Amino acid sequence: MSLDRILKRAAHEIQDGQTINLGIGLPTMLVNYLPPERDVMIHAENGVLGAGAKATHETASPSLIDAGGTYITTRQGSAFFDSAVSFAMIRRSRLDMSVMGAFEVDQEGNLANWKIPGKFSPGIGGAMELAQKTRNILILCTHQDKHGNSKILKKCTLPLTAEKCVSRIITDMAVMDVTAEGLVLIEIADGLTIEQVVQATDAPLVLGDEIGRF
Amino acid sequence: MHKETTIEQAIATIPNGATIMVGGFGSPGTPFSLIEELLRQRQTGLTLIKNDANEQGLGISRLVEAGQVRKLVTTHIGLNKKIVEMMNGGSLEVSFFPQGILAEKIRTAGAGSFGFLTDIGLHSEITDPTDVMEYQGRKVKIEAALYADFALIHAHQGDHFGNLVYRATAMNFSPLMAMAADKVIAETPNLVTPGTIPPATVHTPSAFLTSIVRIDADGPEYQLMEGRYEP
Repeated sequence: MSLDRILKRAAHEIQDGQTINLGIGLPTMLVNYLPPERDVMIHAENGVLGAGAKATHETASPSLIDAGGTYITTRQGSAFFDSAVSFAMIRRSRLDMSVMGAFEVDQEGNLANWKIPGKFSPGIGGAMELAQKTRNILILCTHQDKHGNSKILKKCTLPLTAEKCVSRIITDMAVMDVTAEGLVLIEIADGLTIEQVVQATDAPLVLGDEIGRF
Repeated sequence: MHKETTIEQAIATIPNGATIMVGGFGSPGTPFSLIEELLRQRQTGLTLIKNDANEQGLGISRLVEAGQVRKLVTTHIGLNKKIVEMMNGGSLEVSFFPQGILAEKIRTAGAGSFGFLTDIGLHSEITDPTDVMEYQGRKVKIEAALYADFALIHAHQGDHFGNLVYRATAMNFSPLMAMAADKVIAETPNLVTPGTIPPATVHTPSAFLTSIVRIDADGPEYQLMEGRYEP
């Protein structure tokens, strides 16, 4: 339910004409929340610009997957290319937005999403280049981990994916922007009070002029 | 110029201890038949360079599980618990690079150069701060080119001269690896007469190829995997 809320809200961030990358996991699911008329080019780092919805058994090809290994379709005007070209596109900042997951984000926009020392170290994949070189990084994650600890921190404790890269964070509880003044709370989830969101967040939150609901 | 050979002959040129680039991102582009022959011939002490480790029981994971691999150079092995376990247990050495940096290291070798300058990961734990230098007013570090003795490649189509065409996301690292390795062995289920492939659609030109092998590609590893599409 909470993931559904995050994805519904995140779908409003995607504009016509954008070129975007959707990270493995929650961000990839965003495809299913976009209105069909939304005119976007979805980049998958394994070599597609113009990725479409998940394929069915009838439309799937063994040669066509997204970076998470799911069989996909492509939209009109799509292109395939090798991994060097795919990452040239990323490092040359040709993507308008990357949507990524997070273990931790902090008030300066630092992001940790690739390694938990001693527990989880499967390798960095494409995350570091996406986080460092995409103009706009949108983070989707639950506000707290399964032990109830805030993922939105004063200061990240895990190894960073990239420094000061995040623009906006959407969680099941809030929408927050990273600014020079710190994290600005701009929206809270229906059914919550501002006080509850502030309580659940390790980082100090600057209250926006008008706090919306989603 | 005629490079068709048997799979046994092609793989028999690989000695113990060789460094081998293997194409493929997940299953698409993985040369399953060449890997199977390497498994049968049992060369050991290998260093493999591949984007990922495939999944347990599939592709290069089988070589690692069989103890033929000393070291894996890769970007992400999250879909293979067995390999993560072997890495954590110390029975497999694993070296990680950011995905596009690995691609560029291979591309750089393929272009006959020795390294490039980048700012990726400068402020992260993948960079030793003593490696950071200033060049034309920017903080950068050197990434060395990555060469290999062999590349094993799967192509959708190829001709007897070794011109190759890849399909969709089965392309990934393959054209880069085909340039970077000293000897390049390709498998294809569609081996055609030279002249059949329109010149403008060739992805890897024949000069990079050492040998090309005709395969059936009717095994389950070349087909759709269950559960990865909408039911």
